[in-house]
Amino acid sequence: MFLWLSAALVYCFLYVPLVIVVLFSFNDSRLNAEWVGFTWKWYGKLLHNREMLAAAMNSLVIATVSAGAATLLGTLAGIAMHHYRLRLLPLLVLAPIAMPEILMGVSLLVLFIMVNMTLGLVSVMLAHITFSIGFVALSVQARISSMDPALVEAARDLGASPWRCFREITLPLLMPGILAGGLMAFTLSIDDFVITFFTAGVGSSTLPLQIYSMVKIAVTPEVNAVSTLLMLLTLVVITVASRLSPTLFRAQ
Amino acid sequence: MPAIWCWINTMRKTMQGKAWHKYLLSLPPMVYLLIFFAAPTLIMLFASFRYAGEYGGLAPWYLHEEGRLTLDLTLENWQRLLGTDIYLRLFLKSVGYAVMTTLICMVMGYPLALTIARSDRKSRDLLLLLVILPFWSNFLVRIYAWMIIFSPVGALTRMLNGLLDLVGGGPVTLMYSPTAMIICLVYVHLPFMVLPLYANLEKHDLDLLDAAQDLGAGKWRRFWLITWPLSLPGITAGSILVFIPVLGMFAIPDLLGGTNGIMIGNVIKQQFMESRDWPFGSVLSIVLTVTAVAVVLLGARLGQGRGGRG
Repeated sequence: MFLWLSAALVYCFLYVPLVIVVLFSFNDSRLNAEWVGFTWKWYGKLLHNREMLAAAMNSLVIATVSAGAATLLGTLAGIAMHHYRLRLLPLLVLAPIAMPEILMGVSLLVLFIMVNMTLGLVSVMLAHITFSIGFVALSVQARISSMDPALVEAARDLGASPWRCFREITLPLLMPGILAGGLMAFTLSIDDFVITFFTAGVGSSTLPLQIYSMVKIAVTPEVNAVSTLLMLLTLVVITVASRLSPTLFRAQ
Repeated sequence: MPAIWCWINTMRKTMQGKAWHKYLLSLPPMVYLLIFFAAPTLIMLFASFRYAGEYGGLAPWYLHEEGRLTLDLTLENWQRLLGTDIYLRLFLKSVGYAVMTTLICMVMGYPLALTIARSDRKSRDLLLLLVILPFWSNFLVRIYAWMIIFSPVGALTRMLNGLLDLVGGGPVTLMYSPTAMIICLVYVHLPFMVLPLYANLEKHDLDLLDAAQDLGAGKWRRFWLITWPLSLPGITAGSILVFIPVLGMFAIPDLLGGTNGIMIGNVIKQQFMESRDWPFGSVLSIVLTVTAVAVVLLGARLGQGRGGRG
């Protein structure tokens, strides 16, 4: 009984803040203080906020490209880590996940400036790929280790070449893990603030950066509206990802 | 030239057959991570021995003098770190905030993880999903939510001050204080504690508890002598996952902490963005990296020492 009660309280702690954000996005008052009346106007204002729209566009482009590249590299890493006893690769794949984000942010900033690269969409993409590879690799690796090795052996016995075996057996079986990893990379990229903060330049502001600069000045319901939309987007992507690979979220 | 041929030939030989697949698979991600993860870390180590550039960034690391190249490196940045106790204190304060956040996460996360692990299979997935869901909403949105709650015009502050007024206390502000910061740090990192704890608790053999009950052990005794020791690896894993990101945090102290709630991450950010003293920023980053690595290694050792169950 005590357990259930404390668990219920913790759930409240987790959800009340988010509910407040969503509720006040429909509130007809500049202050996020008390309920005045229902309105859509903050969402309407968003549609006319050029900077916000540009930032949303940047976020989508960066997330799509970096998730694509990270999926490819992460899948290779995941398969390699399962099949071979490697030393360096697992370290390289896991270390970025274990380090505080700020370290990757500042060190990439130093790297990009050192090679005279202009900070912009490309630098942000390269940075996002770096931190996403590990998550895709783990997702793919989890999927492979739940696969029945007898399937591949059977195909080999029946005379399939290694490549054909990979294409027709391993890859289709891995697909849910790959897709789930890719979607995870997509949401990680859309959500990332810290690393983007250090690697973005003028004109490559993303949604989180935009929210940060707005929030630094004042609390406004427009931020509530964009937050609500962002939550909705993440929710959809995550639902799809968890449908594809139900075990993925339990494993972590 | 012959040496190169020799090398190519060996490479060709090793790349024949199975080994070829190995390189095809592992090289692309490895090269990428070497360039964008390992190299920047080493470059930062190097940068910590360089002078700051005149307009920010880094000064050249060599000098052209009388047609000769000489190295232009310095220990100045490291001396600056060790020369005063400002940074040591800042660092200890950050560690203190991170430890406090980790402990609160543990106290709040444990009952939750235990409830989920002991509920029936059907509701387990749903309960777990409910923990993960807020975790997937944007990091800044979750901070922003607390900015609304702690806002001086917000309902919570007004209610609290109304109560304080009745008992004759002065008005308080919640926003921009270490308390506000820690509540938000806990909020953002709680799932990192709950998930590994749950993964551990779920695997416990419940027969042990039944056996203890048959032998007459009470509820609390069963918990302290069985569940708690078995869950230590889960606690270690959760604590590492909370402690490390909190230690390097700058956004939450920035937005909620006020002047008292400054952490090492804020100073690193400041060195790289505002004061543009990159060498000193690199020094602080390296100290943070070393601490993080030490904590992970310590945690891994603790986990092994306890038999690595779960």
